[in-house]
Amino acid sequence: MSGQTLYDKLWNQHLVKQRDDGTALIYIDRQLLHEVTSPQAFEGLRLANRKPWRLDANLATPDHNVPTTIKERAEGNSGIKDPVSLIQVQTLDDNCLEYGIEEFKINDPRQGIVHVVGPEQGATLPGMTVVCGDSHTATHGAFGALAHGIGTSEVEHVMATQCLLAQKMKNMQVRVEGELGLGVTAKDVVLAIIGKIGTAGGTGYAIEFAGSAIASLSMEGRMTVCNMAIEAGARVGLIAVDDTTIDYLGKRPFAPTAEQWEAAVADWRNLVSDADAQFDKAVTLQAEEIEPQVSWGTSPEMVTGISGQVPDPFAALDETVQRSHTRALEYMGLQANQKITDIKLDKIFIGSCTNSRIEDLREAAKVAKGKKVADSIKLAMVVPGSGLVKRQAEAEGLDKIFIEAGFEWREPGCSMCLAMNADKLGAGEHCASTSNRNFEGRQGYGGRTHLVSPAMAAAAAIAGHFVDVRTLPANDATHAQEA
Amino acid sequence: MKKFERFEGVVAPLDRANVDTDLIIPKQFLKSIKRTGFGVNLFDELRYLDEGQPGQDCSQRPLNPDFVLNQPRFKGAEVLLARRNFGCGSSREHAPWALEDFGFKVVIAPSFADIFYNNSFKNGILLITFPEDVVDRLFAEVAANDGYQLDVDLEHKRVITPSGEILEFEVDDFRKHCLLEGLDDIGLTLKDEDAIRAFEQKHKAARPWLFRQSA
Repeated sequence: MSGQTLYDKLWNQHLVKQRDDGTALIYIDRQLLHEVTSPQAFEGLRLANRKPWRLDANLATPDHNVPTTIKERAEGNSGIKDPVSLIQVQTLDDNCLEYGIEEFKINDPRQGIVHVVGPEQGATLPGMTVVCGDSHTATHGAFGALAHGIGTSEVEHVMATQCLLAQKMKNMQVRVEGELGLGVTAKDVVLAIIGKIGTAGGTGYAIEFAGSAIASLSMEGRMTVCNMAIEAGARVGLIAVDDTTIDYLGKRPFAPTAEQWEAAVADWRNLVSDADAQFDKAVTLQAEEIEPQVSWGTSPEMVTGISGQVPDPFAALDETVQRSHTRALEYMGLQANQKITDIKLDKIFIGSCTNSRIEDLREAAKVAKGKKVADSIKLAMVVPGSGLVKRQAEAEGLDKIFIEAGFEWREPGCSMCLAMNADKLGAGEHCASTSNRNFEGRQGYGGRTHLVSPAMAAAAAIAGHFVDVRTLPANDATHAQEA
Repeated sequence: MKKFERFEGVVAPLDRANVDTDLIIPKQFLKSIKRTGFGVNLFDELRYLDEGQPGQDCSQRPLNPDFVLNQPRFKGAEVLLARRNFGCGSSREHAPWALEDFGFKVVIAPSFADIFYNNSFKNGILLITFPEDVVDRLFAEVAANDGYQLDVDLEHKRVITPSGEILEFEVDDFRKHCLLEGLDDIGLTLKDEDAIRAFEQKHKAARPWLFRQSA
């Protein structure tokens, strides 16, 4: 009998009941809540006169709707000018108060994007099952946790029963072997993976990312990779536990205390795929072949290297692909065979659950240091992932570097990644964005998103168009991996 | 949840791959704290020529005449015919809420994104997966025949075309049962309350660090 994958182990450790019809009940250790996908779940509980099964499994914070300007945030909830957004944030506060769920409110220094907050607090631990009404919950798989996004009905189901009805996924392994080139980051790795396997390549699978290039990433880099597993169609992204994982967790507020720490670490060491584990599908990429990536279209799979060009739709053999590429170029206002470095930008967004952690901000600041945002850029903004990331960045003086270069320094939240607050693109505007989705209208009605790494976004801000960070003269940003 | 009954419904074709949930229901409408009322904003950016706002009277907005759901021949459509990887992207359940509120009971496509697939069944929407060649053929038949309808028979896991052709599909027994009976998952799961409590005790004994003393 072959060994178990990491996913198999996590599944088996949480299996409450396997039903004859193929579905299973899986026990959930952690549920993260935010204001957008929880109100209807709380309402459902209330209507059915049900109580949450286990309060301490839940942790809430508002992130999608919150304004990010310093002035608005100084006013707390009353700084939310949009009355509909305000009701949603207040509803989260009211629900958490009513049911006794711990919440980091709008001006709590621990508030931030749920997928930044969970790991930062140690509320995400190896061996946990983690769910949230948000598809980027895959992020937490970087810790060897089984984490995935769920819908609002499932949020209610987990609150009421502490379980999720699930069907076992298939196992896929994506290996990235070798050494990443200077200036090539976790973001470029995951974009290259999506470019290779496609946005539906991981549908039905839990993807485990492995190989020497993945092992060399910091926890923050690993989170960036797992975060975008969903953009490859996989609800779950996973990375095995190693010293990097364990070193990151020590002394975090929700992490095990002294007497339990050793037992926990011993348990976590098993959270790796067995050497003889079988995967249903396996893909390997060579790290040396990955260059800084830029998306040119309206799906994350429409991506290429910085030295590349926008493809000719009619070079594709498949008619559906021809149609979607044609439509994408029309929406993006780009020409077939146009060089990526010739794409001019209007706005720059550095933030989101993909790239708003301290290492991301350091990478961008290295590029921006002593430079000026190009005059042609209408807005360049940096939105830290949490209040604690913001404090850390300020302690390191990164805020000053950004402000002096002409970036706006903002308060934490999801911001322009999905533009539910006031931070958005205008019609036709091109944005170099460190977020995760370049769908039509995602960052604003008619907005044109290009997904890139933080260093690439900062470099584009300075130049006004895309440039290869590897060619910047005497720039230590190219050593961002070691930061 | 309403019971899913056999019906014959008009088919509307949406000829586009990778339709994401942002396209199904744009983010500005996610600010609602209700489960209903999303139908008027289904495919908002394709359906209207202006940018929609929550709470707006959509009857006054300029319609995009080229969009399939605005064409008279597809009025009252209950079956949406779509392309591969339908429902990709965000986990927003507002997407199936919008489809259901608009009147769709069934979506047919060569493949669906995982989270959307789960969310749809939890809202009484049947998703049917057919191979690409079958979907291609259905697109051609819909284009060629005004008022094209399909007879959807979940109990026997089949769709019957106007010419009498029977197309069988797969759906797992649990989902089929919940749809046909209009069952609430939570009530079903709570029947296993004892099993959950027993598991929880064992889990807590083995891995106490997963449980906090108090919230």
